[in-house]
Amino acid sequence: MNPLELLRGLATTLSMMFERPVTYQYPEIKRPVRERFKGRHELKRYDNGLEKCIGCSLCAAACPADAIFVESAENTDEERYSPGERYASTYEINMLRCIFCGYCEDACPTEAIVLEHNYELSFTNRRDAIYTRDMLLVPAPEHGRPTPMVTAPREFDRSIPEMADPQ
Amino acid sequence: MSVTLTIDGTEVTVPEGTLLVDAAKRRGTDVPVFCYHPKMKPVGMCRVCLVEIGRPARDRATGESLLDESGDPLIQFGPNLETACTITVGQGWQVRVSSEKAIQGRKEIVEYLLTSHPLDCPICDKGGECPLQDLTMGHGSGESRFLFDDKIRLAKRYPLGELIFLDRERCIQCARCTRFQDEIVGDPVIGFYERGRRLEIVTYSDPGFDSYFSGNTTDICPVGALTTADFRFGARPWELNSAASICPHCPVGCNLTLSTRREASNAGRDVVKRVMPRQNEQVNEIWICDKGRFVHHYARSPERLTSPRVRKNGKLVKASWNEALTRAAEGLKGAASSAVGIASGRLMNEDLFNLKELMAALGGRAILVDSMAGGNLIQRYGVGVGSNLGSLGKRDAVLVIAADLHEEAPIWWLRLKQAAERGTTLIVANARATRLDDYAKHRVRYGPGEAVQAALGLLHLNGGDPELARFEGDRALKSAARAIKRARNVTIFFGQEGLNYAGTEALARACALITESKGRVGKSNNGLVAVWPRANTQGAWDMGLRPEPAGLHRALAGAVAAYIVAADPVGDDPAAAAPFEKLSTLIVQDLFLTATAELADVVLPAQAFVERAGTFTSGERRVQRLYPAVGALAGSLPDWKIVANLAHRLEVDLEDKAAPLVFERIAAAVPDYLGLSYDDLAAVEPQWPEVGGADLYFGGTAYANKQGLGVQLAPRGAGRPLKWKAPPRASAGKDLLLTPVTVLYDRGSALRHSRLLEGRIAPLQLILHPDEIERLGLSEAGEVEISWDGRSERLKFAASTDVPPGSALVPRGAGLALSDPTPVTVRRSNS
Ligand code: SF4
Ligand code: SF4
Ligand code: SF4
Ligand code: SF4
Ligand code: FES
Repeated sequence: MNPLELLRGLATTLSMMFERPVTYQYPEIKRPVRERFKGRHELKRYDNGLEKCIGCSLCAAACPADAIFVESAENTDEERYSPGERYASTYEINMLRCIFCGYCEDACPTEAIVLEHNYELSFTNRRDAIYTRDMLLVPAPEHGRPTPMVTAPREFDRSIPEMADPQ
Repeated sequence: MSVTLTIDGTEVTVPEGTLLVDAAKRRGTDVPVFCYHPKMKPVGMCRVCLVEIGRPARDRATGESLLDESGDPLIQFGPNLETACTITVGQGWQVRVSSEKAIQGRKEIVEYLLTSHPLDCPICDKGGECPLQDLTMGHGSGESRFLFDDKIRLAKRYPLGELIFLDRERCIQCARCTRFQDEIVGDPVIGFYERGRRLEIVTYSDPGFDSYFSGNTTDICPVGALTTADFRFGARPWELNSAASICPHCPVGCNLTLSTRREASNAGRDVVKRVMPRQNEQVNEIWICDKGRFVHHYARSPERLTSPRVRKNGKLVKASWNEALTRAAEGLKGAASSAVGIASGRLMNEDLFNLKELMAALGGRAILVDSMAGGNLIQRYGVGVGSNLGSLGKRDAVLVIAADLHEEAPIWWLRLKQAAERGTTLIVANARATRLDDYAKHRVRYGPGEAVQAALGLLHLNGGDPELARFEGDRALKSAARAIKRARNVTIFFGQEGLNYAGTEALARACALITESKGRVGKSNNGLVAVWPRANTQGAWDMGLRPEPAGLHRALAGAVAAYIVAADPVGDDPAAAAPFEKLSTLIVQDLFLTATAELADVVLPAQAFVERAGTFTSGERRVQRLYPAVGALAGSLPDWKIVANLAHRLEVDLEDKAAPLVFERIAAAVPDYLGLSYDDLAAVEPQWPEVGGADLYFGGTAYANKQGLGVQLAPRGAGRPLKWKAPPRASAGKDLLLTPVTVLYDRGSALRHSRLLEGRIAPLQLILHPDEIERLGLSEAGEVEISWDGRSERLKFAASTDVPPGSALVPRGAGLALSDPTPVTVRRSNS
């Protein structure tokens, strides 16, 4: 072996000691993820606080890992969770099963379920891996109200947001 | 006569008069339909079944067929597409289902149907099994030329009653629901209102959608416009598992599919989400009544027994199975031949067989509580193999006597109504008007409690004993008798309305003799059908249980121990409690802590039908299988197993491992069941119309039958000559004859523990003729006091002109402890 080569290698090592390190000191420092990163799911709300999820179970049907379980019930104007007639009374995702493919997000007709940026999922027990509705739902926005809410009759009688004519 | 035509290039031969859609379907070509339904007349409302039809051209002058150059008949295609559902086939036609023009035509119809459809499939209960979805995928276009802004907005949640909800936007105005109610049920309580795009379904009745068959409209609605209160937002159809079952509520034995899904409220275990019809063209076709559909919640009632109980220091306390069974066994052992087993036709054959065997081994009796006679006659004179109410035609006759089928066996009512409309001679004999009268050719009215007299009259006029001449009867009876004589096949349905046990016995005999007088015993569509009070009363007779003619108190006289299974004699009549209190051991086996169970020394928790495997024998003597749909409630066991476990402690060998093994023993021991097996009961064959195929539209959401059509037992034939029996005397004197009449929605434990039909349970009231009300000087509202046998009761009353003179009616099982017709004194209640 050429000793010169050895020296060149050592020089590289030496020069690197003066470069800025690319590693992050996780968990003290967290590296930002890309906008389209698929992390833990969130159930979104409309600006008025109503839940976007209408309990249609299409996410559960699309899920290749059978990670989602939805049960639905009927909204009333006295106890309204989401626009329209139907809301998810039970919503669970088993994070041990989820493969973070995002199919649920694709299937959702109301853009209720979104894979967000949280990737810190660790459990010490299988039951903890099941995220319930309350854990997944984002808090009501600033100008919105929490659910269930009392609403005026016929104010929110449609589940799927009105669409404009395609231009 | 058959007709040969060509559909998409293939020749097909079908009977003359076949509709083009059906011809295509039989050949395997799906012509899409929305409004057409094979059980109803075509109306041609939706236009989705468009096809091109080419007819052989004829010379106008000579009428000769024209030929083309090659010598084949010249086929002329019309300029327009035609609806395949309204047109009957013609000789030599050429039909194009998949031509460019036809496909385009259908595409436009689907596009048009969707202009105002809300497209809320994600929250629609039908989504996933919806013909509109399927046909849009198969025949629609991906884009619409209509503007979203033009969509019409209508009510999304419109209750037609407390059971059925309408979504007015989803309705595609096919009129299947209104035609079903009108044509098939004859209850036109819903209808169209307004016209054009504003057209809506409305209900005319109060309470809304007042029909025993309303649930079927949700099955045949080709969209999610009609949904049931039971399944509303309950689950998505693709998430459901299904199990075959048999309805346990009446002797028709409708085939059911129980749709199940796991549910958080049940700790992730399966629950029954809905009850659906399963096709059996010989039993229930594709229909079930609302009782069968909506009364299943009792199986999940929190009041169900979850552990055995034994009496300690005068109190019933929870105990282990071992302790309870040991205690029960001791009691039965001590009693030996002074033990009685008491059961009802609510049980399955396997349970009844084991119970009967246990009692036989002890030397005791096994008593059936359903107090109606005739099971042994049905074994000889029952309807022949192949009997099918759906096959009755113009040359057949049906006699319905002393029964109100609309209340007691709704699907028999429905099928007899349709048979009558096909030309079958329907004879209805009853002391009062019933809903079947509207379709009867002959209506025979007899005095209160005189059903047997009427039957004997019919027998006499059909060539019976000259001694019977005194029962000759009136004109109506004579013409009914002539109709029976003329008919080729005669099926007789007999019930127990207005009769006590002896009365039903005499009636059953008279009816058997009428069957015999026709000389066609054992042939299909000939013979007797008992309108039993329970689903498996016939099975109980077949397994060897017998009612005690003199009543339960007689059976209990001298008894030391009683083992009561699926019966609540004390709940039915609190005054009957005394003999039970005297017993040294009372064992009660049930789902709930009934009034009888509260007196018991040992209470054993049994399983509900949704949790069970077993068999029922229907009124038409079809043995049919139930499959378990959900896991059993912890702590409960199937009845046959409890009985077998108890038997082991008494050193009696009974099958305790599996229901099919119990049935093997039945098949080895019970005469008419010899050689039968669960496999035989599970056999299926193709049925028409096909339902549940890849094309969901035909039967709507009814399920195809893949789990068994059951086996109809052959009657043994006349055998030993039978003698008619004189009718028992029923004289009310000055009093009114109070007759309990069966109502579908009674206060039985099934309905009491189910929430949906609560509002429709028949109220406890005395039904009097307005003249009687006047005679008694009763005011509009108020109460009456009735007294009989030293007992008295205060009741509300209502007026009805259907009450026969000299009698009063009361709904059976509504709370009045009276099962036989009884003379009562009615007085104004001085409160
Ligand atoms: S991300 Fe994929 S695997 Fe995870 S819940 Fe959604 S569909 Fe299922
Ligand atoms: S998250 Fe979306 S797809 Fe899933 S149930 Fe809710 S609305 Fe339906
Ligand atoms: S409610 Fe259903 S069955 Fe009735 S007309 Fe509308 S679409 Fe047809
Ligand atoms: S007709 Fe009788 S067997 Fe059929 S669903 Fe109704 S109650 Fe059940
Ligand atoms: S017009 Fe033929 S199915 Fe509706």
